[in-house]
Amino acid sequence: MLIATPIAWWLARRRAWWKEAIAALVTLPIILPPSVLGFYLLLAIAPQSPLMALLHPFGIRTLAFTFQGLVVGSMVYSLPFAVQPIRNAFEAMGPRPMEVAATLRAAPLDAFATVALPLARRGFLTAAILVFAHTVGEFGVVLMIGGGIPGRTEVISVRIYQLVENLRYGEAHRLAAGVAAFSFAALLALLLLDRRVDEAVK
Amino acid sequence: MSGVEGTLSGALGGFRLDAEFAFPGEGITALSGPSGSGKTTLLRAIAGLTRFEGRLVVDGEVWQDGRVFVPTHRRAVGVVFQEASLLGHLSVRGNLLYGAKRAKGEGGLADAVDLLGLSTLMDRGVGGLSGGERQRVALARALVTRPRLLLLDEPLASLDAAAKAEILPYLERVHRALKVPALYVSHDAVEIVRLADRVLHMAQGRITAAPAAGDPSLEGLDAAARDALALAALRAGLGPGRGAR
Repeated sequence: MLIATPIAWWLARRRAWWKEAIAALVTLPIILPPSVLGFYLLLAIAPQSPLMALLHPFGIRTLAFTFQGLVVGSMVYSLPFAVQPIRNAFEAMGPRPMEVAATLRAAPLDAFATVALPLARRGFLTAAILVFAHTVGEFGVVLMIGGGIPGRTEVISVRIYQLVENLRYGEAHRLAAGVAAFSFAALLALLLLDRRVDEAVK
Repeated sequence: MSGVEGTLSGALGGFRLDAEFAFPGEGITALSGPSGSGKTTLLRAIAGLTRFEGRLVVDGEVWQDGRVFVPTHRRAVGVVFQEASLLGHLSVRGNLLYGAKRAKGEGGLADAVDLLGLSTLMDRGVGGLSGGERQRVALARALVTRPRLLLLDEPLASLDAAAKAEILPYLERVHRALKVPALYVSHDAVEIVRLADRVLHMAQGRITAAPAAGDPSLEGLDAAARDALALAALRAGLGPGRGAR
Protein backbone atom coordinates (compact mmCIF):
# COMPACT_ATOMS: atom_id res chain seq x y z
CA MET A 1 0.00 0.00 0.00
CA LEU A 2 2.79 2.40 0.90
CA ILE A 3 4.38 1.80 -2.48
CA ALA A 4 1.15 1.63 -4.46
CA THR A 5 -0.40 4.89 -3.21
CA PRO A 6 2.20 7.32 -4.58
CA ILE A 7 2.33 5.40 -7.87
CA ALA A 8 -1.46 5.48 -8.17
CA TRP A 9 -1.61 9.20 -7.35
CA TRP A 10 1.09 10.02 -9.85
CA LEU A 11 -0.58 7.95 -12.56
CA ALA A 12 -3.97 9.55 -11.86
CA ARG A 13 -2.71 13.15 -11.94
CA ARG A 14 -0.48 13.69 -14.94
CA ARG A 15 -1.43 13.04 -18.52
CA ALA A 16 1.39 11.92 -20.75
CA TRP A 17 1.76 9.09 -23.23
CA TRP A 18 4.90 7.70 -21.62
CA LYS A 19 3.03 7.46 -18.35
CA GLU A 20 0.89 4.74 -19.88
CA ALA A 21 4.11 2.81 -20.48
CA ILE A 22 4.77 2.91 -16.73
CA ALA A 23 1.15 1.94 -16.09
CA ALA A 24 1.54 -1.02 -18.45
CA LEU A 25 4.74 -2.09 -16.70
CA VAL A 26 3.05 -1.92 -13.29
CA THR A 27 0.06 -3.88 -14.62
CA LEU A 28 2.20 -6.53 -16.33
CA PRO A 29 2.12 -9.04 -13.42
CA ILE A 30 -1.65 -9.47 -13.98
CA ILE A 31 -1.26 -10.99 -17.44
CA LEU A 32 2.17 -12.63 -17.22
CA PRO A 33 2.04 -16.37 -16.51
CA PRO A 34 3.20 -16.89 -12.91
CA SER A 35 6.07 -19.01 -14.16
CA VAL A 36 7.40 -16.16 -16.33
CA LEU A 37 7.15 -13.66 -13.52
CA GLY A 38 8.60 -16.14 -11.03
CA PHE A 39 11.49 -16.94 -13.35
CA TYR A 40 12.51 -13.30 -13.75
CA LEU A 41 12.07 -12.62 -10.06
CA LEU A 42 14.25 -15.62 -9.32
CA LEU A 43 16.97 -14.25 -11.63
CA ALA A 44 16.66 -10.84 -9.97
CA ILE A 45 17.18 -12.18 -6.47
CA ALA A 46 19.82 -14.78 -7.38
CA PRO A 47 23.35 -14.27 -5.95
CA GLN A 48 24.81 -13.16 -9.34
CA SER A 49 22.17 -10.53 -10.16
CA PRO A 50 23.08 -6.80 -10.27
CA LEU A 51 20.26 -6.12 -7.79
CA MET A 52 21.75 -8.45 -5.22
CA ALA A 53 25.23 -7.04 -5.89
CA LEU A 54 23.89 -3.76 -4.49
CA LEU A 55 22.87 -5.56 -1.32
CA HIS A 56 26.12 -7.46 -0.82
CA PRO A 57 27.64 -4.73 1.37
CA PHE A 58 24.72 -5.26 3.76
CA GLY A 59 25.54 -8.94 4.12
CA ILE A 60 22.69 -10.12 1.89
CA ARG A 61 23.84 -12.47 -0.87
CA THR A 62 20.55 -13.81 -2.17
CA LEU A 63 16.86 -13.79 -1.41
CA ALA A 64 16.10 -16.89 -3.48
CA PHE A 65 14.32 -19.62 -1.54
CA THR A 66 14.02 -17.41 1.54
CA PHE A 67 11.02 -15.95 3.33
CA GLN A 68 12.21 -12.37 2.65
CA GLY A 69 12.37 -13.23 -1.04
CA LEU A 70 8.79 -14.41 -0.90
CA VAL A 71 7.70 -11.10 0.65
CA VAL A 72 9.47 -9.08 -2.05
CA GLY A 73 7.98 -11.31 -4.74
CA SER A 74 4.50 -10.93 -3.25
CA MET A 75 4.83 -7.16 -3.36
CA VAL A 76 5.76 -7.20 -7.04
CA TYR A 77 2.99 -9.49 -8.20
CA SER A 78 0.39 -7.79 -5.99
CA LEU A 79 1.33 -4.26 -7.07
CA PRO A 80 -1.17 -4.00 -9.97
CA PHE A 81 -3.98 -5.22 -7.73
CA ALA A 82 -3.23 -2.35 -5.35
CA VAL A 83 -2.38 0.36 -7.89
CA GLN A 84 -5.34 -0.08 -10.23
CA PRO A 85 -8.27 0.42 -7.79
CA ILE A 86 -6.52 3.27 -5.99
CA ARG A 87 -5.72 4.99 -9.27
CA ASN A 88 -9.36 4.62 -10.38
CA ALA A 89 -10.58 6.11 -7.11
CA PHE A 90 -8.26 9.11 -7.46
CA GLU A 91 -9.36 9.64 -11.05
CA ALA A 92 -13.07 9.37 -10.21
CA MET A 93 -12.60 12.05 -7.56
CA GLY A 94 -11.42 14.58 -10.17
CA PRO A 95 -9.29 17.65 -9.49
CA ARG A 96 -12.02 19.69 -7.77
CA PRO A 97 -11.74 18.42 -4.16
CA MET A 98 -8.02 19.19 -4.12
CA GLU A 99 -8.71 22.68 -5.51
CA VAL A 100 -11.33 23.24 -2.83
CA ALA A 101 -8.86 22.13 -0.16
CA ALA A 102 -6.28 24.58 -1.53
CA THR A 103 -8.76 27.47 -1.36
CA LEU A 104 -9.38 26.44 2.26
CA ARG A 105 -5.65 26.93 2.99
CA ALA A 106 -4.64 23.29 3.03
CA ALA A 107 -1.08 22.77 1.78
CA PRO A 108 -0.74 19.98 -0.82
CA LEU A 109 0.37 17.20 1.57
CA ASP A 110 -2.22 18.24 4.14
CA ALA A 111 -4.91 18.17 1.44
CA PHE A 112 -3.74 14.78 0.23
CA ALA A 113 -4.04 13.26 3.71
CA THR A 114 -7.28 14.96 4.73
CA VAL A 115 -9.19 15.04 1.42
CA ALA A 116 -7.78 12.71 -1.24
CA LEU A 117 -7.17 9.69 1.03
CA PRO A 118 -10.60 9.74 2.75
CA LEU A 119 -12.41 10.29 -0.57
CA ALA A 120 -10.54 7.40 -2.19
CA ARG A 121 -11.41 5.13 0.76
CA ARG A 122 -13.32 2.65 -1.39
CA GLY A 123 -10.39 2.27 -3.75
CA PHE A 124 -8.16 1.38 -0.81
CA LEU A 125 -10.66 -1.15 0.46
CA THR A 126 -10.92 -2.81 -2.95
CA ALA A 127 -7.13 -2.82 -3.20
CA ALA A 128 -6.80 -4.42 0.24
CA ILE A 129 -9.29 -7.16 -0.60
CA LEU A 130 -7.71 -7.91 -3.99
CA VAL A 131 -4.17 -7.97 -2.61
CA PHE A 132 -5.23 -10.16 0.29
CA ALA A 133 -7.08 -12.60 -1.94
CA HIS A 134 -4.29 -12.71 -4.46
CA THR A 135 -1.55 -13.18 -1.86
CA VAL A 136 -3.37 -16.03 -0.15
CA GLY A 137 -4.15 -17.65 -3.47
CA GLU A 138 -0.88 -17.20 -5.35
CA PHE A 139 0.79 -20.47 -6.17
CA GLY A 140 3.05 -20.33 -9.22
CA VAL A 141 5.31 -17.41 -8.36
CA VAL A 142 5.67 -18.57 -4.79
CA LEU A 143 6.70 -22.05 -5.87
CA MET A 144 9.23 -20.62 -8.35
CA ILE A 145 11.07 -18.25 -6.03
CA GLY A 146 10.42 -19.99 -2.72
CA GLY A 147 10.92 -23.58 -3.74
CA GLY A 148 8.39 -24.80 -1.19
CA ILE A 149 10.99 -25.74 1.44
CA PRO A 150 9.03 -27.18 4.40
CA GLY A 151 9.04 -24.92 7.45
CA ARG A 152 10.74 -22.05 5.60
CA THR A 153 9.14 -21.04 2.35
CA GLU A 154 6.22 -23.40 2.22
CA VAL A 155 3.02 -21.35 1.97
CA ILE A 156 -0.41 -22.85 2.54
CA SER A 157 -1.36 -23.12 -1.14
CA VAL A 158 1.85 -25.05 -1.89
CA ARG A 159 1.40 -27.23 1.20
CA ILE A 160 -2.11 -28.22 0.13
CA TYR A 161 -0.83 -29.11 -3.34
CA GLN A 162 1.83 -31.39 -1.82
CA LEU A 163 -0.66 -33.03 0.52
CA VAL A 164 -2.95 -33.80 -2.40
CA GLU A 165 -0.01 -35.13 -4.44
CA ASN A 166 0.74 -37.54 -1.60
CA LEU A 167 -2.93 -38.55 -1.42
CA ARG A 168 -3.24 -37.24 2.16
CA TYR A 169 -6.77 -35.98 1.48
CA GLY A 170 -7.79 -35.70 5.14
CA GLU A 171 -5.06 -33.19 6.02
CA ALA A 172 -5.52 -31.34 2.73
CA HIS A 173 -9.19 -31.05 3.48
CA ARG A 174 -8.65 -29.60 6.96
CA LEU A 175 -6.14 -27.06 5.69
CA ALA A 176 -8.25 -26.06 2.66
CA ALA A 177 -11.37 -25.61 4.79
CA GLY A 178 -9.34 -23.51 7.21
CA VAL A 179 -8.14 -21.23 4.41
CA ALA A 180 -11.66 -20.87 3.04
CA ALA A 181 -13.09 -20.00 6.47
CA PHE A 182 -10.29 -17.58 7.31
CA SER A 183 -10.56 -15.82 3.95
CA PHE A 184 -14.31 -15.47 4.31
CA ALA A 185 -13.98 -14.05 7.82
CA ALA A 186 -11.31 -11.56 6.76
CA LEU A 187 -13.34 -10.32 3.79
CA LEU A 188 -16.47 -10.01 5.91
CA ALA A 189 -14.57 -8.02 8.52
CA LEU A 190 -13.24 -5.62 5.86
CA LEU A 191 -16.70 -5.08 4.35
CA LEU A 192 -18.34 -4.55 7.74
CA LEU A 193 -15.62 -2.08 8.68
CA ASP A 194 -16.34 -0.12 5.50
CA ARG A 195 -20.05 -0.01 6.34
CA ARG A 196 -19.31 1.31 9.82
CA VAL A 197 -17.14 4.09 8.38
CA ASP A 198 -19.89 4.90 5.88
CA GLU A 199 -22.48 5.27 8.60
CA ALA A 200 -20.17 7.36 10.75
CA VAL A 201 -19.88 9.86 7.89
CA LYS A 202 -23.65 10.13 7.56
CA MET B 1 -3.54 50.61 -1.67
CA SER B 2 -6.69 48.75 -0.91
CA GLY B 3 -8.54 47.14 -3.74
CA VAL B 4 -7.68 44.60 -6.36
CA GLU B 5 -5.71 45.24 -9.50
CA GLY B 6 -3.97 43.05 -11.95
CA THR B 7 -2.94 42.15 -15.45
CA LEU B 8 -3.17 38.49 -16.33
CA SER B 9 -2.56 36.99 -19.73
CA GLY B 10 -1.69 33.72 -21.35
CA ALA B 11 -3.10 30.87 -23.39
CA LEU B 12 -5.01 27.87 -22.14
CA GLY B 13 -5.82 25.34 -24.82
CA GLY B 14 -7.25 27.39 -27.69
CA PHE B 15 -8.34 30.21 -25.40
CA ARG B 16 -6.39 33.42 -24.85
CA LEU B 17 -6.78 35.45 -21.67
CA ASP B 18 -5.65 39.06 -21.82
CA ALA B 19 -7.28 40.78 -18.89
CA GLU B 20 -6.39 44.07 -17.25
CA PHE B 21 -8.62 44.96 -14.36
CA ALA B 22 -8.99 46.97 -11.18
CA PHE B 23 -11.83 47.21 -8.70
CA PRO B 24 -12.21 48.78 -5.27
CA GLY B 25 -11.64 46.91 -2.03
CA GLU B 26 -15.27 46.82 -1.01
CA GLY B 27 -18.66 45.68 -2.22
CA ILE B 28 -19.54 43.22 -4.91
CA THR B 29 -18.09 43.60 -8.37
CA ALA B 30 -19.96 41.57 -10.96
CA LEU B 31 -17.98 39.98 -13.76
CA SER B 32 -20.37 39.62 -16.65
CA GLY B 33 -20.10 38.41 -20.20
CA PRO B 34 -21.19 35.70 -22.61
CA SER B 35 -20.24 32.11 -21.87
CA GLY B 36 -16.81 31.28 -23.17
CA SER B 37 -15.59 34.84 -22.62
CA GLY B 38 -13.14 33.75 -19.94
CA LYS B 39 -14.92 34.76 -16.73
CA THR B 40 -14.26 31.49 -14.93
CA THR B 41 -10.73 31.34 -16.32
CA LEU B 42 -9.97 34.81 -14.92
CA LEU B 43 -11.48 33.83 -11.57
CA ARG B 44 -9.34 30.69 -11.40
CA ALA B 45 -6.27 32.73 -12.31
CA ILE B 46 -6.99 35.18 -9.47
CA ALA B 47 -7.41 32.24 -7.07
CA GLY B 48 -4.09 30.83 -8.25
CA LEU B 49 -5.66 27.59 -9.45
CA THR B 50 -4.41 28.23 -12.99
CA ARG B 51 -1.15 30.03 -13.55
CA PHE B 52 -0.94 32.85 -16.06
CA GLU B 53 1.67 35.52 -16.74
CA GLY B 54 1.27 38.89 -15.17
CA ARG B 55 0.74 40.72 -11.94
CA LEU B 56 -1.92 40.63 -9.25
CA VAL B 57 -2.15 42.76 -6.12
CA VAL B 58 -4.91 42.31 -3.56
CA ASP B 59 -5.29 44.77 -0.74
CA GLY B 60 -1.66 45.83 -1.05
CA GLU B 61 -0.40 42.25 -1.00
CA VAL B 62 1.37 40.91 -4.09
CA TRP B 63 -0.11 37.54 -5.08
CA GLN B 64 1.68 37.35 -8.37
CA ASP B 65 4.34 39.41 -10.10
CA GLY B 66 6.80 38.10 -12.62
CA ARG B 67 8.38 35.07 -11.02
CA VAL B 68 6.57 35.57 -7.72
CA PHE B 69 3.57 33.28 -7.54
CA VAL B 70 1.83 32.74 -4.21
CA PRO B 71 0.20 29.29 -4.30
CA THR B 72 -3.54 29.07 -3.70
CA HIS B 73 -3.27 27.71 -0.17
CA ARG B 74 -1.27 30.77 0.92
CA ARG B 75 -3.67 33.28 -0.64
CA ALA B 76 -6.33 34.76 1.62
CA VAL B 77 -8.98 33.96 -0.95
CA GLY B 78 -12.45 32.49 -0.48
CA VAL B 79 -13.90 30.66 -3.47
CA VAL B 80 -17.45 29.47 -4.12
CA PHE B 81 -17.59 27.25 -7.19
CA GLN B 82 -20.52 26.82 -9.55
CA GLU B 83 -21.36 23.45 -8.03
CA ALA B 84 -20.97 23.68 -4.27
CA SER B 85 -18.07 21.20 -4.22
CA LEU B 86 -18.51 20.36 -0.56
CA LEU B 87 -16.13 17.76 0.82
CA GLY B 88 -18.23 14.59 0.73
CA HIS B 89 -16.52 12.78 3.60
CA LEU B 90 -17.24 15.56 6.10
CA SER B 91 -20.40 16.87 7.77
CA VAL B 92 -21.57 20.46 7.30
CA ARG B 93 -19.67 21.38 10.46
CA GLY B 94 -16.61 19.48 9.21
CA ASN B 95 -16.71 21.43 5.95
CA LEU B 96 -16.92 24.76 7.73
CA LEU B 97 -14.17 23.87 10.21
CA TYR B 98 -11.82 22.52 7.54
CA GLY B 99 -10.97 25.98 6.30
CA ALA B 100 -11.68 27.82 9.55
CA LYS B 101 -9.07 25.85 11.48
CA ARG B 102 -6.37 26.32 8.88
CA ALA B 103 -7.08 30.05 8.53
CA LYS B 104 -7.55 30.55 12.29
CA GLY B 105 -11.05 31.80 11.56
CA GLU B 106 -13.06 29.77 14.09
CA GLY B 107 -14.00 33.05 15.75
CA GLY B 108 -16.16 33.96 12.76
CA LEU B 109 -17.94 30.61 12.67
CA ALA B 110 -20.97 31.56 14.76
CA ASP B 111 -21.55 34.72 12.70
CA ALA B 112 -21.33 32.86 9.39
CA VAL B 113 -23.65 30.09 10.59
CA ASP B 114 -26.13 32.72 11.71
CA LEU B 115 -25.81 34.81 8.56
CA LEU B 116 -26.55 31.87 6.30
CA GLY B 117 -29.09 30.14 8.53
CA LEU B 118 -27.14 26.92 8.94
CA SER B 119 -27.60 26.21 12.66
CA THR B 120 -30.01 23.31 12.11
CA LEU B 121 -27.86 21.74 9.40
CA MET B 122 -24.53 21.60 11.20
CA ASP B 123 -24.49 17.90 12.06
CA ARG B 124 -25.90 16.68 8.75
CA GLY B 125 -23.82 14.94 6.12
CA VAL B 126 -23.52 16.96 2.94
CA GLY B 127 -25.07 14.24 0.77
CA GLY B 128 -28.65 14.95 1.86
CA LEU B 129 -28.61 18.73 1.39
CA SER B 130 -30.63 20.53 -1.27
CA GLY B 131 -28.84 22.55 -3.94
CA GLY B 132 -29.58 25.84 -2.20
CA GLU B 133 -28.43 24.51 1.17
CA ARG B 134 -25.21 23.25 -0.37
CA GLN B 135 -24.39 26.69 -1.78
CA ARG B 136 -25.15 28.34 1.56
CA VAL B 137 -22.69 25.96 3.23
CA ALA B 138 -20.11 26.66 0.51
CA LEU B 139 -20.53 30.40 1.02
CA ALA B 140 -20.21 30.14 4.81
CA ARG B 141 -17.19 27.89 4.38
CA ALA B 142 -15.50 30.54 2.23
CA LEU B 143 -16.38 33.34 4.69
CA VAL B 144 -14.83 31.63 7.74
CA THR B 145 -11.41 31.40 6.08
CA ARG B 146 -11.04 35.15 6.72
CA PRO B 147 -10.54 35.95 3.02
CA ARG B 148 -9.31 39.32 1.79
CA LEU B 149 -11.04 38.62 -1.49
CA LEU B 150 -14.12 36.52 -2.15
CA LEU B 151 -14.55 34.88 -5.54
CA LEU B 152 -17.97 33.58 -6.56
CA ASP B 153 -18.23 31.61 -9.79
CA GLU B 154 -21.90 31.66 -10.84
CA PRO B 155 -22.95 30.27 -7.46
CA LEU B 156 -26.61 30.17 -8.53
CA ALA B 157 -26.21 28.82 -12.05
CA SER B 158 -26.75 25.18 -11.12
CA LEU B 159 -29.89 25.91 -9.08
CA ASP B 160 -33.52 25.88 -10.20
CA ALA B 161 -35.68 29.01 -9.90
CA ALA B 162 -37.11 28.09 -6.49
CA ALA B 163 -33.67 27.45 -4.99
CA LYS B 164 -32.39 30.72 -6.47
CA ALA B 165 -35.24 32.62 -4.87
CA GLU B 166 -34.45 30.92 -1.57
CA ILE B 167 -30.75 31.78 -1.58
CA LEU B 168 -30.83 35.34 -3.00
CA PRO B 169 -31.94 36.93 0.31
CA TYR B 170 -29.00 35.20 2.02
CA LEU B 171 -26.62 36.59 -0.58
CA GLU B 172 -28.03 40.07 0.03
CA ARG B 173 -27.46 39.65 3.77
CA VAL B 174 -23.89 38.53 3.09
CA HIS B 175 -23.46 41.54 0.81
CA ARG B 176 -24.51 43.93 3.59
CA ALA B 177 -22.30 42.22 6.20
CA LEU B 178 -19.33 41.78 3.89
CA LYS B 179 -16.18 43.67 4.78
CA VAL B 180 -14.03 42.39 1.93
CA PRO B 181 -14.39 42.82 -1.83
CA ALA B 182 -16.10 40.12 -3.84
CA LEU B 183 -15.88 39.26 -7.51
CA TYR B 184 -19.15 37.72 -8.63
CA VAL B 185 -19.19 35.92 -11.96
CA SER B 186 -22.65 35.86 -13.47
CA HIS B 187 -24.43 36.43 -16.73
CA ASP B 188 -27.82 36.68 -15.04
CA ALA B 189 -28.98 40.29 -15.16
CA VAL B 190 -31.39 39.87 -12.24
CA GLU B 191 -28.65 38.63 -9.92
CA ILE B 192 -26.37 41.46 -11.01
CA VAL B 193 -29.00 44.11 -10.36
CA ARG B 194 -29.83 42.73 -6.94
CA LEU B 195 -26.31 42.09 -5.73
CA ALA B 196 -23.64 44.01 -7.58
CA ASP B 197 -22.28 47.46 -6.83
CA ARG B 198 -20.52 47.66 -10.18
CA VAL B 199 -20.00 45.56 -13.26
CA LEU B 200 -16.93 44.49 -15.21
CA HIS B 201 -17.73 43.18 -18.65
CA MET B 202 -15.70 40.54 -20.33
CA ALA B 203 -15.53 39.36 -23.94
CA GLN B 204 -13.05 37.08 -25.68
CA GLY B 205 -10.66 37.02 -22.77
CA ARG B 206 -10.55 40.78 -22.32
CA ILE B 207 -12.14 43.22 -19.90
CA THR B 208 -14.01 45.44 -22.35
CA ALA B 209 -15.47 48.15 -20.14
CA ALA B 210 -14.78 48.99 -16.55
CA PRO B 211 -17.00 51.66 -15.03
CA ALA B 212 -15.19 54.15 -12.82
CA ALA B 213 -14.68 52.94 -9.26
CA GLY B 214 -17.62 53.68 -7.02
CA ASP B 215 -19.97 54.34 -9.91
CA PRO B 216 -22.76 51.83 -9.57
CA SER B 217 -23.94 52.26 -13.12
CA LEU B 218 -24.61 49.38 -15.44
CA GLU B 219 -22.59 50.68 -18.34
CA GLY B 220 -20.58 47.53 -18.46
CA LEU B 221 -23.58 45.63 -19.76
CA ASP B 222 -24.18 45.23 -23.44
CA ALA B 223 -27.51 46.04 -25.08
CA ALA B 224 -28.90 42.51 -24.80
CA ALA B 225 -28.09 42.31 -21.09
CA ARG B 226 -29.68 45.73 -20.54
CA ASP B 227 -32.88 44.61 -22.27
CA ALA B 228 -32.94 41.47 -20.16
CA LEU B 229 -32.46 43.64 -17.09
CA ALA B 230 -35.33 45.92 -17.98
CA LEU B 231 -37.58 42.95 -18.59
CA ALA B 232 -36.56 41.30 -15.35
CA ALA B 233 -37.15 44.51 -13.44
CA LEU B 234 -40.65 44.77 -14.92
CA ARG B 235 -41.45 41.18 -13.99
CA ALA B 236 -40.14 41.65 -10.48
CA GLY B 237 -42.31 44.73 -10.11
CA LEU B 238 -39.38 47.00 -9.57
CA GLY B 239 -39.85 50.64 -10.44
CA PRO B 240 -37.39 52.52 -12.63
CA GLY B 241 -35.94 53.96 -9.43
CA ARG B 242 -34.22 50.65 -8.72
CA GLY B 243 -33.62 49.32 -12.18
CA ALA B 244 -32.10 52.47 -13.66
CA ARG B 245 -30.35 54.01 -10.74
